[in-house]
Amino acid sequence: MSTLAVIRPDDWNLPLFVHVLGAIVLVGGVAAAASALAFARGNAGMLRTGYYSLLAVALPGWILMRVGAQWIYDEEGFEGGEEPTWLAIGWFTADPGGALLVVALVLGGVGFRRLGDDKGSGLLKATMVISLVLLAAYVVAIWAMSGKPG
Amino acid sequence: MSVDDWILALHVLSAFAMAGTLVVYWVLIVAMRNIDTASDTIAYARVATLGSRVVIAGTVGTLVFGLWLAISKPEYQPWDGWVIAAIVLWGASGFTGSRAGTEYTKPLVRAEELRAADEEGAPGELRALNRTSAGLLMHTLSSLLIVVLLAVMVWKPGA
Repeated sequence: MSTLAVIRPDDWNLPLFVHVLGAIVLVGGVAAAASALAFARGNAGMLRTGYYSLLAVALPGWILMRVGAQWIYDEEGFEGGEEPTWLAIGWFTADPGGALLVVALVLGGVGFRRLGDDKGSGLLKATMVISLVLLAAYVVAIWAMSGKPG
Repeated sequence: MSVDDWILALHVLSAFAMAGTLVVYWVLIVAMRNIDTASDTIAYARVATLGSRVVIAGTVGTLVFGLWLAISKPEYQPWDGWVIAAIVLWGASGFTGSRAGTEYTKPLVRAEELRAADEEGAPGELRALNRTSAGLLMHTLSSLLIVVLLAVMVWKPGA
C-alpha cells in the first residue's frame, strides 16, 4: 500500500480503501468458515456457523472487494494488453475465485439442508476444502497485489 | 521483486492476518451468543485458539515489517506523523483486542472447569459469560481502530 501511495493520485484512495476493506472481510469470512468446518467434528452448530460465515460474511466481503477493484481499475485507466502480472493474478483470484466461492456456497447449502437426514457431511467437507483452497489463493493474491512482481 | 517489495508483501500479509482474524472473532462472538453448554463452548474455542496464534503473528509482523519499510524507504521516516499515528492505533487496537480476549477466555475457563467435573453448567451461566458486554465493547473498539488504521495507511495524511 505504501508503494502505491507514492505514485497514486488522491482520487484512488477511497476505491483502494473499499477494495482492501472488502478483501479483509472476505479473507476473515472464508477463514472463519474453513476453521469452523474443520473443527466441527459433526457439531451441527459449528457446521452452521461455518456455512453462514461464507454466506453472510465472505460473500458480502467479496462483493465489496470486487466493487472496489473495478472502481480503482476504472480510475487507473488500464487498457487491454497492458495489464501487469500482479493485476492478472488479482483478477484471476477475484473472478474465478468468486465463482469457486459460489460453488462452495451451493455445496454447503445443499449439505447443510441434508444434515437432518444424516447426509451432507461430504458436501460440507467439500465446502471446507474449497475454503482452504480460496484462502491459499488469497495469500498469493495479497502477496502479488502488494509486492507487485513484474 | 526487491527486498523492500518482499517486506511490503509480508507487511500487508501480516496486516491481513491481524485484521482478518478480527473478522473471525466477530463470527465467533455472534455464533456463541446462544451457546450455553460446556462442550459447545470448548468446541468453538478451538477456532479462537487458532485465531489467537494467527492474530499474534499478524500483529507482530505488521509492526516489524512496517517499521522496516519506514526505515528502509527513503520517502518515509519512522517519525512521520502518519507512521506515528499508525503505531499508536496499532498499540491501542492491540490493547483493546487483548482486553477482549481476556473477557472471552472466561467462558472457556469455566467450561473446562465444568467438563472436568463432568457437568454442563447451570442454565444461562455460560450463555451470560459468552455474551460478555465488556468483551463486545473491547472487540468493537479494536475493530474500529483497525478500520481507522487502514484509512491512515491508505491516505497517509501529511505524507
